[in-house]
Amino acid sequence: MLSVIGRYLIFLGKLFTRRESLKVYWKRFIDECIGIGVSSVFIVAIVAVFIGAVVCVQTRANLVSPVIPVYVVSNIVRDMTLLELSSTFMCVVLAGKVGSNIAGELGTMKITEQIDALEVMGINSASYLVLPKLLAAVFTFPLLAIISGFLGIFGGYLAGTLSGIITPEDYIYGIRYSFIPFNVFISIIKAIVFGFLISTISAFQGYNTRGGALEVGQASTSAVTNSCIAVLIADYLLAELLT
Amino acid sequence: MIEIKNISKSFNDRMVLDNVSGVFKKGETSLVIGASGTGKSVLLKCMLDLVRPEAGTTLYNGRDFYIGDEEDKKDIRREMGVLFQGGALFDSKTVHENIQFPLDMLTEMGEGEKKDRVEFCLQKVGLEGTGGRMPSEISGGMKKRVGIARAIVMNPKYLFCDEPNSGLDPLTSIKIDELIKEITDEFDITTVVITHDMNSVLSIGDKIMFLHKGKKLWEGNSQTIMGDTVPELEEFVFCNKALSLMRAGK
Repeated sequence: MLSVIGRYLIFLGKLFTRRESLKVYWKRFIDECIGIGVSSVFIVAIVAVFIGAVVCVQTRANLVSPVIPVYVVSNIVRDMTLLELSSTFMCVVLAGKVGSNIAGELGTMKITEQIDALEVMGINSASYLVLPKLLAAVFTFPLLAIISGFLGIFGGYLAGTLSGIITPEDYIYGIRYSFIPFNVFISIIKAIVFGFLISTISAFQGYNTRGGALEVGQASTSAVTNSCIAVLIADYLLAELLT
Repeated sequence: MIEIKNISKSFNDRMVLDNVSGVFKKGETSLVIGASGTGKSVLLKCMLDLVRPEAGTTLYNGRDFYIGDEEDKKDIRREMGVLFQGGALFDSKTVHENIQFPLDMLTEMGEGEKKDRVEFCLQKVGLEGTGGRMPSEISGGMKKRVGIARAIVMNPKYLFCDEPNSGLDPLTSIKIDELIKEITDEFDITTVVITHDMNSVLSIGDKIMFLHKGKKLWEGNSQTIMGDTVPELEEFVFCNKALSLMRAGK
């Protein structure tokens, strides 16, 4: 376990040494932003809207006391969405989509000698291939968290108002009531940390693939599993640190 | 000229290369032959520093490849072209982009100049007009040709080919061999080919090194290989039915 962490840290160090020109990274960064960020908007939107809706319905179903005002439902939807769903839950979903993609891509490049081809040309393959992915994840995950937060609250609004659980006025009142802007900041910080963990852990798994197609599959699975575990541990630590 | 000196490499206590030395001269096509698992590809990876040997060194025109800073190494790497076994073409790039890639990364050439160079290399390997196709849209033989075009695009001094005939039909294999030989002669470069294909051995082997269980057992050329009497080499060469019948005079 310790040796794996050591190799992971050495791998991270390799990303920042012997870099290529900024021009090279810029083009790859834009490509990766599209691959990692833009292509994830659809799944993030779907998940966020439905989770927001479910939280609204479930909260209302469990808040049966007449002394609790109804706007508390949207209050809870807001805080759950901002603090956990838009960052942690979304990143667990992205660990599956983005993490397996990164590990699969790099693993295939490794076993088909494409990474060796880069090394032979004198290019730092780890930096050339992984650094743009890391930067793209760190840049796009917070944007996805903001989209997810907005759509989660919107999903709650749709479910609440269309099913008659809560009036639009009460929902909006609850959203505004005792709002702590710092929670948005927490969500963004979390998304940045999770983006870093998911992209680097998945790249580490893919980059160190040995063997054939079977091992590429195993690397993808390990990437998702390890990324999810790292996200959950980091989530707890950040919760302790920021709240 | 490439000189390898006393290269030894083991994996998990299994000796894969045992004190292998040799010289590969400029303008010659040198072949490293041997059965599967004898350490040919590991030797190539040691020469390219993709695998660092436990002992020994590789000299490129007298420059030690394992000593020196990254910039020195990069200078030597820029003089190398490598054809990998499966071509190792980048899946996400077109044939043209694959060949142009080293120029993009390692030179300051203008777009027009790069395009001309890529066209020249495509023409050299007989693939004019295929620049816009993706690697997944071309055959195995074409992939090898594109791999060769990418290997020569930087005007290398040293060309390495790892099993250039693997997975190809005999006719395409011969064409690839001829292409490697032609490039070596025309550009006067040092070419090292890893192979176990006897057609290649007999047709393009200016110099041949035979590896057996990680050791260099024999060195010669395509003229002398048939007459030598190293048992392991005989077994390797004459397991080919046609050659065996030829030797028996049938």
